[in-house]
Amino acid sequence: MAVDYLHYLRADKLPHMWCPGCGIGIVVKSMIGAIDALGWDKNETAVVSGIGCTSRAPGYMDMNTLHTTHGRALTFATGVKMAAPDKHVIVIAGDGDSSAIGGNHFIHACRRNIDITMIIVNNNIYGMTGGQFSPTTPYGAKAATTPHGNIDPAFDLGQLAIGAGATYVARGSVDNGRMLQKYLKDGMAHHGFSVIEALSNCHTQFGRRNKMSDPVVMVEWIANKVVTKAKAEKMPPEELEGKIITGELHRNDERPEYTDEYSQLIQRVQKKAGVHQ
Amino acid sequence: MSNGSGRTDIVFWSGNEIVAEAAIAAGCRFYAGYPITPSSEIAHVMAERLPEVGGTFIQMEDEIASMGAIIGASLTGKKTMTATSGPGFSLKMENIGYAYMAEVPCVVVNVMRGGPSTGLPTALAQADVMQTRWGTHGDHPTIALTPAYHREIYFSTIKAFNYAEKYRIPVMLLLDEVIGHMSEGMKVPDPSEYEIFNRIKPSVPPEKYFPYDSSFGDVPPMASYFEGFRFHVTGLNHTKTGFPTTDPDICQREEERMIRKVMKDAEALADLEEYQLDDAEIAVFSFGSTARGARVAVDEARKQGIKAGLLRAITLWPFPDRQVHELASRVKAFVVPEVNLGQMILEVERTAHRDMPIVGVNRVGGVPIPPYEILSKIKEVARNGR
Repeated sequence: MAVDYLHYLRADKLPHMWCPGCGIGIVVKSMIGAIDALGWDKNETAVVSGIGCTSRAPGYMDMNTLHTTHGRALTFATGVKMAAPDKHVIVIAGDGDSSAIGGNHFIHACRRNIDITMIIVNNNIYGMTGGQFSPTTPYGAKAATTPHGNIDPAFDLGQLAIGAGATYVARGSVDNGRMLQKYLKDGMAHHGFSVIEALSNCHTQFGRRNKMSDPVVMVEWIANKVVTKAKAEKMPPEELEGKIITGELHRNDERPEYTDEYSQLIQRVQKKAGVHQ
Repeated sequence: MSNGSGRTDIVFWSGNEIVAEAAIAAGCRFYAGYPITPSSEIAHVMAERLPEVGGTFIQMEDEIASMGAIIGASLTGKKTMTATSGPGFSLKMENIGYAYMAEVPCVVVNVMRGGPSTGLPTALAQADVMQTRWGTHGDHPTIALTPAYHREIYFSTIKAFNYAEKYRIPVMLLLDEVIGHMSEGMKVPDPSEYEIFNRIKPSVPPEKYFPYDSSFGDVPPMASYFEGFRFHVTGLNHTKTGFPTTDPDICQREEERMIRKVMKDAEALADLEEYQLDDAEIAVFSFGSTARGARVAVDEARKQGIKAGLLRAITLWPFPDRQVHELASRVKAFVVPEVNLGQMILEVERTAHRDMPIVGVNRVGGVPIPPYEILSKIKEVARNGR
């Protein structure tokens, strides 16, 4: 069953502004595939972003789209979702946007368990601003602001999300769009805060400084680094050294969802007010 | 229509409580905030009352987040508000700029306290007036209201929502700690005493809709999310379609429109109380709680034979340029008391545009300016001409 991608895209805004070979396109394709598979009405769906290369994605999507300030996508999205709890809200953000400047909003959205799907395109770098290191840049890597090698430890975004209370957490990578699409679909279908990290390539800003300026080479680097959760469970620890586990990392269908909690609160308050009248 | 509280009797509310009740009466159904003194009572009342009227209260993780949340909620068609004080106001500035640029209606309350930085968290100041005008980066118009009496706070709150909806901008409701915390007896206004303005929605079908289409006027009609319009909103400079542009001519034209949409109505927005000004030789310019003391000083000066009067700004921004300029041609001097080290006096000097004594009375220690200090300055100016 072929997906009519143009149905979900603003064709007049194409071609996109991303570099040739950029992984964001694969993430957007997977995202549309997931939306289509779920049958979400584009009138009923909002896509919210912050600042950065990834955050330009909503502009190409023919939905209710909101390109906000750096790191703040989740705050605007929380306003949208709380004001319209029956609508679908997706946030798409880069690694710096979501975990550095937006880190506080990220952990609190996880904690609330509000029914928003957060897609993090993790390309380990600030691409748009010129290749500065981000909280997910690997130790030792070169970036515009780590010309002598990165000494900052990197975040594991999946573990961060799990620790903060997200109820669906998965990781995919752009070398396997079909797998990524499955996690995006499951995350979107999940009733609660879901985080899907998509490992992606910025060969222009990260690769160029780390001997991977060719997008194919850099996607192969990602492909060689990832191990599925199922496979990893059977591997000895020494073989897992330096590998990144992909798959559904966490799921909890029991925790109450935030907008449900608030609508129950309204009902309680109004019932009580009614009794008093 | 209900005024929200359903009450029309005499109440004894603080200024902060009045803001919350009046916001609900104005139709506010979404509040996001973060705890900060001296504005917290606004959040307390909103948390209690909004669910009763089916609205939403959310305490966000920080000030930045609460500003983002009210913009997001406003895009779904809700009337929204946040309240804060000095440090929180500083933090909100980036997203306040976003609301100007993306033309999203909302109301931001700042209950002014001492600063800079943490300053005097529980004490009075009026030192955020220039930040209110210019705090976020870039050019933009500002509407800021500075009510000084309790029923006036109620009406100003309703006006703040009306202006936000009418002009598609964030409107600043600027209280000071004394106005926010002082309780006064007040008859809750009946809905027949005020009007409610709701944002103009598009009259065209989605395929013909552009969110910044100035062919409908300087304030383009505003669709809500999830109504089939599927429009794009960004903080980047944009064309009428809402999509980014760097075209210098379009950027220039659109930024000029965004300022003109407010400033062309400056006369209508001006809201001033003129007290004893008809024959005044010395005019006191003041606003907020300081104006209450200034009024006492004017009465006392009159008793002592000095022709003093008071011009009190209830709309502080846009500044009443014409009114102050005209007054400057009739009086010999201005006295400008304010709880800061001289901010609005700069506007009085600019608009008076005359070689005449314009002197400040300034305190920043967290206490109100006593009427006798204003009186003593009035007498000094009357005696020495400076």
